[in-house]
Amino acid sequence: MNLDPELLYLVGGVVVLLALSSLITSILIRRQHGEPSATIKNLKHRVTAWWWMVGVFGISMALGKNALFGLYLLLSFLALREFVTLSPMPRADHRTLSWVFFIILPLHYLFAWAPWYGMFTIFIPVYAFIFIPIRSALAGDVDHFLERTSRIQWGVLTCVYFLSHLPMLLYLPIQGYEGQNAKLLFFVVLITQISDVFQYVFGKTMGRRKIAPNVSPGKTWEGLIGGGLTTVALGTSLWWATPFTPISAAVMSLILVIAGFLGGLVMSAVKRSIGAKDWGRGIPGHGGVLDRMDSLLFAAPVFFHLTGYYFGTNLAKALEQPPWFRSILKFWM
Amino acid sequence: MIQNVIAQFVRLITGVRLNHDHERQTSARIYYANHSSHLDFVVIWAALPSHARKRARPVAAADYWNRGPIRRYLAGKIFKAVLIPRGKVTRHDDPIGMMSAVIEQGSDLIIFPEGTRSEDGKVADFRSGLYALAQLHPQAELIPVYLENLNHILPKGEFLMVPIIGNAIFGNPCEGPRHGETRHDFLLRARNSLLTLTGHLPPTTQAPCSDEP
Repeated sequence: MNLDPELLYLVGGVVVLLALSSLITSILIRRQHGEPSATIKNLKHRVTAWWWMVGVFGISMALGKNALFGLYLLLSFLALREFVTLSPMPRADHRTLSWVFFIILPLHYLFAWAPWYGMFTIFIPVYAFIFIPIRSALAGDVDHFLERTSRIQWGVLTCVYFLSHLPMLLYLPIQGYEGQNAKLLFFVVLITQISDVFQYVFGKTMGRRKIAPNVSPGKTWEGLIGGGLTTVALGTSLWWATPFTPISAAVMSLILVIAGFLGGLVMSAVKRSIGAKDWGRGIPGHGGVLDRMDSLLFAAPVFFHLTGYYFGTNLAKALEQPPWFRSILKFWM
Repeated sequence: MIQNVIAQFVRLITGVRLNHDHERQTSARIYYANHSSHLDFVVIWAALPSHARKRARPVAAADYWNRGPIRRYLAGKIFKAVLIPRGKVTRHDDPIGMMSAVIEQGSDLIIFPEGTRSEDGKVADFRSGLYALAQLHPQAELIPVYLENLNHILPKGEFLMVPIIGNAIFGNPCEGPRHGETRHDFLLRARNSLLTLTGHLPPTTQAPCSDEP
């Protein structure tokens, strides 16, 4: 297998950035005499966790398409698990959730991986969303029925449907960019995540005016603007790795920053409405998997479709039902 | 080896973390926990560090774990469960004697003093078995373990799991029956020290478990 050299530059750049942050963290720790403060400790945990996350993502990239779909299947599973754990769940929803975890989630990823674009886009919003209330109604508990059903649907929509648009980027047919889509996926994840990091850094150092103190007390205008502009500058400078021109790379980075920010804000509101501070404790320093992925949830489908429009691709035609799927269906019908 | 793999797998599925808190033990232990799922003892077993896991033997229902070759293999070879007949206790059955013999052989016990799985996650009153065991083995440490969310992962009467994140909270050892303490009072105190792990009891009403507050 020959790796794209441009992809290696991207990964190499991230490794250099991480090494720098490890260095800065250890300098900060050494400067503080005695016990390091809570912020510094958290920073150290965060950086260590970043090494792990970049490692897992990088290895999946090197292994190729199937590994990446497997990785996102696992991430959807973990994210949905955190979501369901925090949501109060009556006994009547037990079987519905078994279906969601063990049938709906893998089937959706099967349609994505196939790839069968038509089914990928409607399987969850149509079939799964019809099935979930039916199964819960059959269980016979009417207490808070609409609330319970919507909660499960929201979890599936964000953790499974939205997130799965990231590996789908690998299938986006772009003329002159064939076989290089892994870089596009890397670009989206890098820009969205680094936007979080820059917003955190700017917010911590110069943040004063809170944007939504009730929803997400850590988000400030200074953080958003400073972090956002830095991110757009970085995204523009990486245009060579994308199918975009420098200007469209800047616009796409800006869209990722805004969608990432709003995704994080909304998921934070959901989290607080449930009464939690973190989604889980899966990633030391960050909280749960969803705390790390929240900004990708809205950014992924928006970026996917905008890129599709930009290059005028007819996705339904380019990714139509694969023949082996048709033969399975013919066998049954 | 296979035990470690299974324990790792159980922790991955249920989200339960390895319990590092306890130092190496000096005496026998009786872990006692709330009961809401068939997974309960598996989860406690998986949450123990491997040296403690090797010693721990869960007490489980014979009729459930003897059904079918897979369950029998798991109960016998993997978990080394002490299988106790449920329902009618005849003259020949001596559950306390069986459990007591296990401690004498140098193993630890995992028991569920409520006797049966709770339907709604609430902790029922304790049956007397814990008292009898604590009296027979005054040197044994009684360690409360609160299991959180297990009734959501695999509730009573369901056969399919939902992979919700569970939790096994290990408490400090609870002092055995004190001089002059009635069975009822001891069981109440033991149950309270389990409940304090949940935050269900406000701190002022916490029954002191060890002598320090």
